[in-house]
Amino acid sequence: MKQAFKQGRTIIFIAFLLFIWELIVRFADIPHWLLPTPSAILKEGSQSYETFVPHALATVQLALLGLAIGILCGLTVAVLLHRFTFVLELFYPILIMSQNIPVLVLAPLLIIWFGFGLLPKLIIICLVCFFPIVISAMDGFRQTAPELKHYFEMIGATKAQTFWKLEWPYAYPSIFSGIKIAATYSVMGAVIAEWLGAKKGIGVYMTLAQSSFRTDRVFVAIFAIVFLSLLLFSAIRLIEKFVVKGRGFHAEHSKH
Amino acid sequence: MLSIQNIDKSFDALPVICNLSFEVKDGEFVAIIGPSGSGKSTLFQLIGGVTSIDAGAILLNGTDIQQTKGTIGYMPQQPCLLPWRTIVENITIVDELQGKPNVNDAKEWLDKVGLAAFEHAYPNELSGGMQQRVSFIRAIVSNKPILCLDEPFSALDEFTRLEMQAWLLSIWEKYRKSILFVTHSIEEALFLADRIIVLTKRPATVKKEIIVPFARPRQEEIRHSASFTALKQQLFTYLKEEKDEANVD
Repeated sequence: MKQAFKQGRTIIFIAFLLFIWELIVRFADIPHWLLPTPSAILKEGSQSYETFVPHALATVQLALLGLAIGILCGLTVAVLLHRFTFVLELFYPILIMSQNIPVLVLAPLLIIWFGFGLLPKLIIICLVCFFPIVISAMDGFRQTAPELKHYFEMIGATKAQTFWKLEWPYAYPSIFSGIKIAATYSVMGAVIAEWLGAKKGIGVYMTLAQSSFRTDRVFVAIFAIVFLSLLLFSAIRLIEKFVVKGRGFHAEHSKH
Repeated sequence: MLSIQNIDKSFDALPVICNLSFEVKDGEFVAIIGPSGSGKSTLFQLIGGVTSIDAGAILLNGTDIQQTKGTIGYMPQQPCLLPWRTIVENITIVDELQGKPNVNDAKEWLDKVGLAAFEHAYPNELSGGMQQRVSFIRAIVSNKPILCLDEPFSALDEFTRLEMQAWLLSIWEKYRKSILFVTHSIEEALFLADRIIVLTKRPATVKKEIIVPFARPRQEEIRHSASFTALKQQLFTYLKEEKDEANVD
């Protein structure tokens, strides 16, 4: 109840901001090609709905596939880095460096190497997604309560058992917060990947709109990206609720 | 049963345990008390096989268990239940690590101690005292020849602690498993144990051994008897001696 009220408040506030935007554009007489009003964007969105949906679906597909691969890579890397210290020493600096290369610089290279197919696009999304997952998963593994680790030692758990039965499940909440960040990045990554050359996708739609000065369509694309990111974020939160058990939200219904 | 023979242990240059020997017989409840920092936790790490001893031997039923993990039932100070596992899943963890979780045994024990309703609950739905009961059952269900309890009630509030002591006593008097119980509460040791071993300050060795004369099954009333108070006074004096010497150093 309280949460619903809070969410309602947020929506009202966003509506209020859009209203201010509308007012400013109208009173300051800003030309339509420079900054369209929210109502014009909404109108454009509903009019070009049919042409836009296939683009959006293509992006969603690409983002989800990229995110899935990114999660897999991220978790694998995190597990390897955590369990084998020498790997950590070797690869950690490279990991950080990989995040310092701007995607837009890397993209043309990937196209030269791998062509215009799916592969370079997935590599880009994977690159943006996997870093937050690696970092948060590793933090989660490392933060495992020392008394639990000691207990596992005392009852004779092997290193592998301690990892898979203790550290791995202990890190679930951290892993999920990493995945949530990665999910929002994945949509953005997909759009950037599509700029490089694709037949369909929000990125393509955006490039076309931009080159024909259809600012309203650019905004339609922007809102679509925001909406998709939010949708993905909530979907992951829902999955988290089912996977992460016994921590926090059960306490409300405690029998004692 | 468990036999600790002349063990030494030092960390770097700091001797923690020096020539410590004692024994826990089958079906006996032995309590260890000592001034804080006297190496009680280290002793458990040695028995648990987590750390190696420098000299001496630790025998369990005649076999050397030095540096062998998983030979004892262990109950730590904190309940140490895994929050993502239900109570039954938590209790069977020790068996699970060795390949064969015994769910029926776990359920039977939960039933015996009246926690059957919480079988599928998560630990955060239980109070602190109940979590410690689950932790104790987990140690029992692991089905090891001896249970090592490391200050199991020290993190509980006074009232729950008294309740838990009475609970442990009633369970133990029914099933008589060998228990080695580390505590820093004199009263707790007197109320529960057959025998109390008083450790010296670091490096720890046996200072005194007291046989607790109260008959079993014990009642709550013995806490108020004259002999209980006398023994308590005596143990207190021993510990105070050690404390005073430690302060002189």
